Amino acid sequence: MTALAGAAASTLDLLQLAPPGWGGNLLRGLANSVLIAAGAFGLGLGLGTLGAFGKLYGGPVLRDLLAVYTTVVRAVPELVLILILYYAVTDSVNQILLAFGYERIQISGLAAGIAVLGVVQGAYATEVLRGAIQSVPVGQIEAARAMGMPPGLLARRVTLPLMLANALPGLANLWLIATKDTALLAVVGFAELTQQTRQAAGATKAYFTFFMAAGLLYLLLSILSTWGFARLERRARRGLPEVRG
Amino acid sequence: MTGFCQPHRIIMALVALALIGWSATTLRWDWVPDYAGLAALGLWRTIWLLVLSAALGLMLAIPLGLAQAAGPWWLAAPARGFCTVIRGTPLLLQLWLLYYGLGSLFPSIPWIRNSDLWPLLRHAWPYGLLTLTLSFAGYEGEVLRGAFRGVPKGQLEAARAMGMPRLTLLRRIWLPQALHRALPTLGGETVLQLKATPLVATITVVDIYAVASRVRQDTFITYEPLLLLAVIYMAITGLIVLLFRWLEGRIPSRVA
Amino acid sequence: MKTLALTVAAVLMASAALAAPVKVGIAAEPYPPFASPDAGGTWVGWEVDMIGAVCKAAEMECEIVPVAWDGIIPALTAGQIDAIMASMSITEERLQTIDFSDKYYNTPTVIVGPKDMAMTATPEGLAGKILGVQVSTVHEAYAQKHFAGSAAEIKVYQTQDEANQDLVAGRIDAVQADSIALDAFLATEAGAACCALKGAVADDPAVLGLGVGVGLRKGEEDLKAKFNAGIAKVLEDGTYEAVSKPYFASSIYGG
Repeated sequence: MTALAGAAASTLDLLQLAPPGWGGNLLRGLANSVLIAAGAFGLGLGLGTLGAFGKLYGGPVLRDLLAVYTTVVRAVPELVLILILYYAVTDSVNQILLAFGYERIQISGLAAGIAVLGVVQGAYATEVLRGAIQSVPVGQIEAARAMGMPPGLLARRVTLPLMLANALPGLANLWLIATKDTALLAVVGFAELTQQTRQAAGATKAYFTFFMAAGLLYLLLSILSTWGFARLERRARRGLPEVRG
Repeated sequence: MTGFCQPHRIIMALVALALIGWSATTLRWDWVPDYAGLAALGLWRTIWLLVLSAALGLMLAIPLGLAQAAGPWWLAAPARGFCTVIRGTPLLLQLWLLYYGLGSLFPSIPWIRNSDLWPLLRHAWPYGLLTLTLSFAGYEGEVLRGAFRGVPKGQLEAARAMGMPRLTLLRRIWLPQALHRALPTLGGETVLQLKATPLVATITVVDIYAVASRVRQDTFITYEPLLLLAVIYMAITGLIVLLFRWLEGRIPSRVA
Repeated sequence: MKTLALTVAAVLMASAALAAPVKVGIAAEPYPPFASPDAGGTWVGWEVDMIGAVCKAAEMECEIVPVAWDGIIPALTAGQIDAIMASMSITEERLQTIDFSDKYYNTPTVIVGPKDMAMTATPEGLAGKILGVQVSTVHEAYAQKHFAGSAAEIKVYQTQDEANQDLVAGRIDAVQADSIALDAFLATEAGAACCALKGAVADDPAVLGLGVGVGLRKGEEDLKAKFNAGIAKVLEDGTYEAVSKPYFASSIYGG
C-alpha cells in the first residue's frame, strides 16, 4: 500500500508544472500542438473554400488539377507528405530566392508545420465544403436571385448560412484530425506535445506515465472540441428544417 | 463533354508524361537495384500488417458496434468509452504507449520474461499489429454502431416473429445488412489504415516506409526515395479502391 | 498578384537583411550527456555548452535549433539550419554531401549488454544476438558492415534513449554507441541495474570517421573558417577544459 502511495507521489512529482517536474513542458507542447492545428485548420479552410468553388464552378483544367490534388493527398500517408513538403518547400523557396540573387531565408518549424498540415487539410476540406455547397437547395438560391438579391449579399445571407450547418460535422471531424496529425510533426523534431512527451519520457525513463498523461491531454482536447462543435452546429441549425439521415 | 479524352486532358497527360520522363532521367535512381530486395520485404510487411489489422479490427468492431447500438448500458458504456479514447488520441502516441510504455514496465515484472509469450513480446511487430487493430476497431466500431441502428426495425421484428433464434437473426439478417451499409465507408477506412501503417517504422518494424528512410540515410538522397514511396502508396490505394468497388458490385443491393 | 509577389519578396529580403544569427542544429532527440532538454524546456549538456563557447570564441551570434536527427542533413542542405553540432562524426560518406569543420571531440565506440550475458565487441562475440543502434549514425553503418553477418538482427531506433530502453526491457541483447553516451546510460539507475560494458569495437576509420566536427553546407568557406578558428581558440585558451570539467573526468578531445 505504501509502495502504491509512493508510486503515486513520484508520478505527481514528475508531472509537476514547475521544474523539476515535466508538466510545464507537456503544456507548452500542447499549446504548440493547438497553435499548429489551428493554423493548419485555418489554412485548410481557405484552400478548401477555393478548392470547393474551383471544383464546382471552375473550368475543366482547374477541376482536373484539383482532382489530382485531392486524390494524391488522400492516397499518400501524411507522414510521407510531411517529409516531402517539409524539406521540398523550404528547399525550393530558398532555391528560388538564390536564383533571383537573394539570401536564403529561415523558415521556422512552426510555419513549415502549419503549411504542410494545411495543404493536407485543404484537400479534405475541399471535399467537405463541396458537399455542403451542393446540399444547399437550389430553390432557395433561385428565390433569392428572383428577389433581385446581389451576389455578395446572396452568398452572405443565403448560401453560407445554409451551407454552414451541413459543413459543420465534416469540419469538426477535420479539426480533430488536425489536432491528432500534429503528433506526426514529432517525426521531424518539432516540439509539439508528442515530441515533448517523448523527450520527458526518455529523460526520466517514466515512459508509461508520460504517454498516459499526454493521452489524457489529447483526449481532453478532443472531447472539448467535440462538445464545442456540437453547440456550434445546434446554433447553425436553428430555424432550419430538421434533417433525418 | 463527358468523355475522358477531352483536349485538355490529353495535354495534361502529356505534361504528366514529360514530368515522369524528366524525373526518370535527371533524378538519381541508381540506388533502386541495391534496395529492391529489401523494398520487396518491406512492401510485404506493410501489406500483411494492413490486411491482418483491418481484418482483426473489423472482427473486434462488430461486438463494439453491436454493444453500442443494442447492448445493455454496462456493455454500451465501455464500448463507447473505448471508441472515444481511440478516436481522441493520436495513433503515434498509442503506438509509443504500447511499445515503450509497456516495455518500460517489463523489467519490474520478472515472470513475463520467463513466460512462453516472451519470444513474441520481444519483437516489435506484435505491438504494431495490436495498435493498428485497436485503432481500426475504434473507428469502424463507430461506423458499425450507426450501421446496426440503420437496419430497419421491421426486418428484425419479422424474423423474431418467425421464431428465429437470436444468434441466427444476428448472423443471417442483422449483421449482413449492417455490413452492407458500412461497406462504402469500409473502403475509405481501409485507405486511412494504409496511411497509418508507416508509423510502425518508429518502433523498429521494417516496413516499406522504413526501407525508404534507410535509403535516405545510406545515400543522403532526400527526395527520390520519398517520391517513389508516394507512388507506391498511391498504387496500393488504387488497388484498395478497385477491390472495394468490385466487392460492392458483387453484393446485391436489394436489401436496402 | 504582382504586388503580392513583390510584397512577399520585400518581406523576405527584409528578414534576410537583418543580421540573422547562425542557426546551429542539434538533434531533437535527447542524447545525454551531450545535449538533452531539462524539465524547464531548455537544452543542456556538454555539446550545448561547447556551442556557446565556440560561437563566443568565433564572435558569432548563434541560435540553437532542435531538428530530427534522421533529417538533420536535409535540414542543413535545405537551409533550415546553417550548421550541425550534434555529435556528428566526419565520414567519407557524409563528406560527399556536406562539409565539416575540424573535429572537436573523438571518443571510442563501445558495446553494452546485459550483465549476465557473455558477449564481446566482435562479430563472433555478437553471433546470434540482437543489436540495437540509432538510425543514421556511424554506429548503424558500422553494425551493418561488421555485425550484420553474425548478429541475429540489427534493430534501428530513432533515438539512443529508445535503444537503451529496449535493452533494459530485454527486447534487444546489446547496444552499440559512443562510449561517453553509454557511460552516461550505465550511470543511470536502470542502466546500472541491468547492463555492463562489453568492450570497444575494432576501429574502422572509413566508417567510424575521424572524430566529431561541425557539419556545414558545401561552399560556405567563411562560416567554416569561423568555426575552425573558434574551435582552435577554445582548445588553446583553456575554455575547452573548463567546459568539459563538469561533465567528464578526462579530456574527450581524443587523438
